[in-house]
Amino acid sequence: MAVSSLTGIDESALVAQARENDTRAFAELVRRYESKIFRLAQHITQNREDAEDVLQETFLKAYEHLDQFQGQSKFYTWIVRIAVNQALMKLRRRKSDKSVSLDESIDTGEDTVTREIAAWDEDPEQRYSREELGGLLDSAVQSLAPPYRSVFVLRDIDDLSTEETAEALGLSVPAVKSRLLRARLQLREKLTRTFKRKGDDAFAYL
Amino acid sequence: MLTCKDFLKELSDYLDEATDRELRAKLEQHITECPNCWVITDTTRKTIKIYKGMEPYPIPSDVESRLMRALEKKMAAKGH
Ligand SMILES: [Zn+2]
Repeated sequence: MAVSSLTGIDESALVAQARENDTRAFAELVRRYESKIFRLAQHITQNREDAEDVLQETFLKAYEHLDQFQGQSKFYTWIVRIAVNQALMKLRRRKSDKSVSLDESIDTGEDTVTREIAAWDEDPEQRYSREELGGLLDSAVQSLAPPYRSVFVLRDIDDLSTEETAEALGLSVPAVKSRLLRARLQLREKLTRTFKRKGDDAFAYL
Repeated sequence: MLTCKDFLKELSDYLDEATDRELRAKLEQHITECPNCWVITDTTRKTIKIYKGMEPYPIPSDVESRLMRALEKKMAAKGH
């Protein structure tokens, strides 16, 4: 199914073609979103094998139910919703896992604490290679509690709107907003430990 | 007057430019007077910026080929 001629084609056109049973068009949609769906599935399931299952089930279901996609939301939002449901089912099946819902109530006090208050270096990213920086940013996201993680990934990395994120995760808009705030503050805290300006120390060695 | 706690609660909306003008003015007033909240705002903005659009790792090729095989099977079944 290797096709590159469809790369530049508009998403709604691809969806329309896929609905007409154009398998190449659907394969192109898969290619556009598979890594994002895999990343999200890994964030929710915390398990590579489960994430792979979720990835497959998501696109198989999307293909099967393509006629139910209304086109009012983005295709990506629609498949994220399918992926989230599949991922949560996986978690529920694993009985030992207690965090089976993205909707669980979470403590709203302690996690907005800001302890690290320090300015960052100019362009701290320049001090790291692409791989180093990627690994650093990734492990900071990994360390967030699951309910914060998926909100942050969809809203701030994948750039969905607050409403789209709410729709995709089956959460209310206020719930998305409060999780996003906490995710951002926790990441800021972690990154500050790495990126803060070492002004005073540097001065001492002059 | 806003406290730092009030300010932090609105920080996300402030950075997303989703507050009304009156609240925005109050928040801006607060960061001109409070160096801590100024730093928090600046570093949170940088945090968001550094993550925006971060590409996922390419999907491992064995995972991709299993996905494509499953899809081909499904498509063959549907298309007769
Ligand atoms: Zn303050």
